[in-house]
Amino acid sequence: MDSQGKVVTSPGSVSTPCIQAKALDIGYSKEVVVLDINFELRPGEAIALIGTNGCGKSTLLKTIVGLLPSLGGQLSIFGTPPGSNHRRIAYLGQFHNSGFVLPIRVVDVVRMGRFPLYGLWKRMSRQDDEIIFTAMRAMGIQKLADSPLRSLSGGQQQRTYIAQVLAHQADLLVLDEPTSGLDAGGRELYLQAVNDELHRGASITVATHDIQEEATLCHQVMLLARKVVAIGTPQEVLTPEALLKTFGIVVTDGKRLQVLETKHGHGSSDAPEAKK
Amino acid sequence: MDILITPFSSNSFMLQALIAGILVSIACAIAGTFVILRGLAFIGDALGHGVLPGIAVAILVGFPGIIGAAIGAGFMIGGITLITQRSRLSSDTAIGLLFIGMLSLGVVIVSRSNSFSGDLTRILFGEILGISVQSILIQLVATLVIIAIVIICRRPFLLLSFDPEQAEVAGFSVRLYHNIMLFMIAITVIVSFQTVGTLLVFGLLIAPAGAGALLSRKIETMMAWAIFFGVLSMYSGLLISYHFNLAAGASIILVTVLIFFIVFVIQNIRHRRLVHPQELTRG
Repeated sequence: MDSQGKVVTSPGSVSTPCIQAKALDIGYSKEVVVLDINFELRPGEAIALIGTNGCGKSTLLKTIVGLLPSLGGQLSIFGTPPGSNHRRIAYLGQFHNSGFVLPIRVVDVVRMGRFPLYGLWKRMSRQDDEIIFTAMRAMGIQKLADSPLRSLSGGQQQRTYIAQVLAHQADLLVLDEPTSGLDAGGRELYLQAVNDELHRGASITVATHDIQEEATLCHQVMLLARKVVAIGTPQEVLTPEALLKTFGIVVTDGKRLQVLETKHGHGSSDAPEAKK
Repeated sequence: MDILITPFSSNSFMLQALIAGILVSIACAIAGTFVILRGLAFIGDALGHGVLPGIAVAILVGFPGIIGAAIGAGFMIGGITLITQRSRLSSDTAIGLLFIGMLSLGVVIVSRSNSFSGDLTRILFGEILGISVQSILIQLVATLVIIAIVIICRRPFLLLSFDPEQAEVAGFSVRLYHNIMLFMIAITVIVSFQTVGTLLVFGLLIAPAGAGALLSRKIETMMAWAIFFGVLSMYSGLLISYHFNLAAGASIILVTVLIFFIVFVIQNIRHRRLVHPQELTRG
């Protein structure tokens, strides 16, 4: 671990990359969102995708997990095409529509995280129950195990969804804005859990707005604004100039960088909404 | 006690109706649970009505109505899938178009024939009091098939109800399991129309499962409540129809909708007490 508590992998590591993207084009059926993405993510490493709404973060994550086809270039996940590694990938999407209708308990939601490992038939063991409980404890929701999901607050529901991803014990975690709706305690637990996952050897790809905490925990940062603005280590990439290109306006107050987003993303020429 | 048991113990047609009704209730409760959870109520309704032309044509050419219903349901599901995939229209629009088109076609076919007046009532409201042993056996097989589907597909169905994207990433094809779910709903509608009719089968699909959803924190419990409410409606509806000489199918559905509203009111009162205990004591 380095001085920031980040897991450091040896530079000479020759293991198969979890993700390898070469000249990758992503988007929806007829609309290209981002062209020419190049990066590689190795086991035990994390990459943060940063950018405004609509810049291509979620599109890239969905392409990685196989929910969207790539529009050009090459993308391999553990050396195989996307969508063929269900047992090794855990995905946390941005939207869940099940909160109010589905009668389901917290423990059952977290248990679903183990389904990819067991398919239709295979029975879960006591060890799985322990893993499920550990995941709930990691997110501080073990006392809510028997509570209906629909009775929880938005933040508690988000903790449940993160616990579901942790319960998978996947080799690659793909997280779309995982800290949205979390309070300070929840964010702290989440950051600890992410660190634990990296120690376990898992890789993480996370779309985030959190430049200060979450992104600096990652080994690589990719700035997106419907194109790759910059990619590299947080120290290399999180500069006022690069953030300015990505978000529109950046304020520095001593040590902290504060991003004030433009009214519309995508490199819009609209005047930025700067707070006075 | 006599008025509760004698109608079934001394009339074989009532006993057969009850057995068929219990099987229909189980099938509708299971399929209805996923109709509610996946927000498929409109397609459930449309299937109930959309099978009408198939049944009408089958009766006209002398085939069993159930075969016509199966063809009608297949046409509906195929049409909805085609329109949704080949256009930018949402499935709601596709369902609405086919629903109204098929219903109109059914009425046109029926209106062209003089021999349909009795059959039309039978199609729309069922003939539970005249149910045959053969129909009960078909219903039994269909119910067992539905139970088997739910047991085999419990994990993908749960994930699909929770979040379709999660289901896909977990390795369960959303398209495949959604179609299996539609197939299950279609089987339920097809075999249930003989018992409660095409108009009323929708009520049995959603009312017991809806009441179950209000009371449960687990899908299994929701399904169990739905079966209980369905069977209770069947028994009570048949009893009311017997003693007061009312239409059996409509009596059953009225009871099931009434049960839903009773559960709804009780749940609301309980919820208010839990949320505002101090305000209530002050008031």
